Amino acid sequence: MADPMRIRAQLKDGLTEVRVLMAHPMETGQRKDANGAVIPAHFIKDVKATVGDRVVLTAMWGPAISQNPFLHFKFKGAKAGDKVRVTWTDNKGDTRTDEAAIA
Amino acid sequence: MSVHPDSPTAVRLPRRELLRQAALVSVLASCGLLTAREAAAVEASAFDQKTLDDAFKALGGKPEASKGITITSPDIAENGAVVPIAVTSALPNTQEIYIVIAKNPMPLTAVFMLPEGADPFVSTRAKMGQSSDVYAIVKADGKLYSAVKETKVTLGGCGG
Repeated sequence: MADPMRIRAQLKDGLTEVRVLMAHPMETGQRKDANGAVIPAHFIKDVKATVGDRVVLTAMWGPAISQNPFLHFKFKGAKAGDKVRVTWTDNKGDTRTDEAAIA
Repeated sequence: MSVHPDSPTAVRLPRRELLRQAALVSVLASCGLLTAREAAAVEASAFDQKTLDDAFKALGGKPEASKGITITSPDIAENGAVVPIAVTSALPNTQEIYIVIAKNPMPLTAVFMLPEGADPFVSTRAKMGQSSDVYAIVKADGKLYSAVKETKVTLGGCGG
């Protein structure tokens, strides 16, 4: 199981600003190890953020997103205390979900 | 009589089938019968495209330049492994934001789908193999618009 994400969600003037830091190697599949063998790709493909039943952002990523990905986005219509839930799924089918309350 | 693989019929049929399926998918998507995830899966192959033109084609054509899109990325990135890129759109009805790095081995980097109520802004960090134009593409009202910015990389992000 992957390490937890760090999520920070802040409400300001009706706009919730979310910053997420995920822990993932984001291996591109282009690199080679010391013996010249290709290191297989391992990266987050899908990201989904929800508040309750409502989806607030969906993303599809390629392997070119940096290691330990950072994501910053904003949305309207949530209130303080609501929980923002972020889920990622990588190309090996691994997945992780974490949540944080909006401050 | 068997059909020779090079004969026009053999070539034309799968293509027609492909077009038929593509049309069906777009009809389903427009009726809202497909969820965001299933509709997005149609584009999954876009990530495998190796050239900028092919990536544009996979996204649905060459986007029109627009001043309504702001792309923020460094002029010079010291470390190509971590290049901060932010996109803000002032276009009404912004539905999707794509980040495309022209000279990366696979240009399409990220696709963001913004549902109702999402602010037309995203920011993330990407890897860049070499100095390149970075395209921010916005789908607004079903049309594609783009803004471009060159980022110079002093140390590539794809070394190993």
